[in-house]
Amino acid sequence: MSSALSASDTSIDATLAMARAALESVTDPELPFLTIADMGILRDVRARADGTIEIDITPTYSGCPATDVIRLDVEVALAKAGVERFEVRNILSPAWTTDWMSAEAREKLRANGIAPPEKASGKRALFSTTEVTCPHCGADATERVSEFGSTACKAHYRCRVCLEPFEYFKCI
Amino acid sequence: MSSPDQAAHLKYLLRLADTSLILGHRLSEWSGRAPTLEEDIALSNIGLDLIGQARPLYAHAARLEGQGRSEDDLAFLRDPEEYLNLQIVERPNKDFAVTMARQLAYSTFAELAWSALKASRDPEIAGVAAKAEKECTYHVRHSAEWVIRLGDGTAESHARMQAGLDDVWMYTGEMFEVDDIDRAMIAAGIGFDASALKPRWTEAMREVIAEATLKMPGDGWMSTGGRRGVHTEHLGHLLAQMQVLPRAHPGAAW
Repeated sequence: MSSALSASDTSIDATLAMARAALESVTDPELPFLTIADMGILRDVRARADGTIEIDITPTYSGCPATDVIRLDVEVALAKAGVERFEVRNILSPAWTTDWMSAEAREKLRANGIAPPEKASGKRALFSTTEVTCPHCGADATERVSEFGSTACKAHYRCRVCLEPFEYFKCI
Repeated sequence: MSSPDQAAHLKYLLRLADTSLILGHRLSEWSGRAPTLEEDIALSNIGLDLIGQARPLYAHAARLEGQGRSEDDLAFLRDPEEYLNLQIVERPNKDFAVTMARQLAYSTFAELAWSALKASRDPEIAGVAAKAEKECTYHVRHSAEWVIRLGDGTAESHARMQAGLDDVWMYTGEMFEVDDIDRAMIAAGIGFDASALKPRWTEAMREVIAEATLKMPGDGWMSTGGRRGVHTEHLGHLLAQMQVLPRAHPGAAW
């Protein structure tokens, strides 16, 4: 009895490891250089007693169309890895914040021409200018063109030194 | 659906979800026709935020109802009198100033409302609220900047901005009403007391309107009833457009 249990525990552990490895390859469709773990979208991966793998993901911006694609990509990655029984759960609380993006994720954003979010997400006054550093030349003399950009999570900025336009990942 | 509290809970969720969805749809009407490309993108983005806030609330309401309806069924297969949104959000866009006046009035309220709902005992509402509050901060700033620019702009933009505020004002009273459903939800720790938000909302509006060199409209007669299913003639037209595809092709999937 106890040996049967430990054998099944071992296979559950192996499946869990397989699932975790498979999920490392899942990236954000809008920011393909970032994994969903980098983004803080992947919250938890665990095994139930019956061997079903439970995956917790959380949406980023409320209306982000990538959310449904990410869920599908997670399911496909697990199926491809041979994980047979799994359940992807959409967790709303606590709500995702840009503070959950890893330091590595911020560096990857910068390397890809997107200014990473300011660390503390909070309220700013009317017409205030957030100091956003140009991801191309590193200058601080930048200006906001529009608070709304190509995706829900980005604002549109311009560098006054190198004159290049760039995107800023807004903090929430 | 057994206890009266559960019935109130379901209606409460629909009031929140319907209000977000209808305003989201209204803003989507600016897609491709806003005054500038940046504004087109901004209004579409804000609309997307609002529709995104509505979706998990509909999904939650559908589970709570337990009648096998989906979030799409709730959005696309209900008639105007079953919609429980605030009337302010169904008002037509008219010109850009009217849209900005509606945005400022509603977003300023919504930011306060979601902030209060972060403490909801319903974890789904609390989760939506935590993010929606931050998104509304962007929405408030966006509309406030425009109200100030237009109000403190040319004679023409000033007049239009004032007309926008005057147009929307009689729909702002409904936001602060508290009825039996609200009271049941407040008692259950799920809802918030909208009437308590009025002084802060008024103060925030006054500040922006003063900076815009505009006149604060007076609180006269207020139109109400949206949250009980009583709507202006505009909601039916909006739903006709929003719902035509799923109604013409029942069960159609992307």
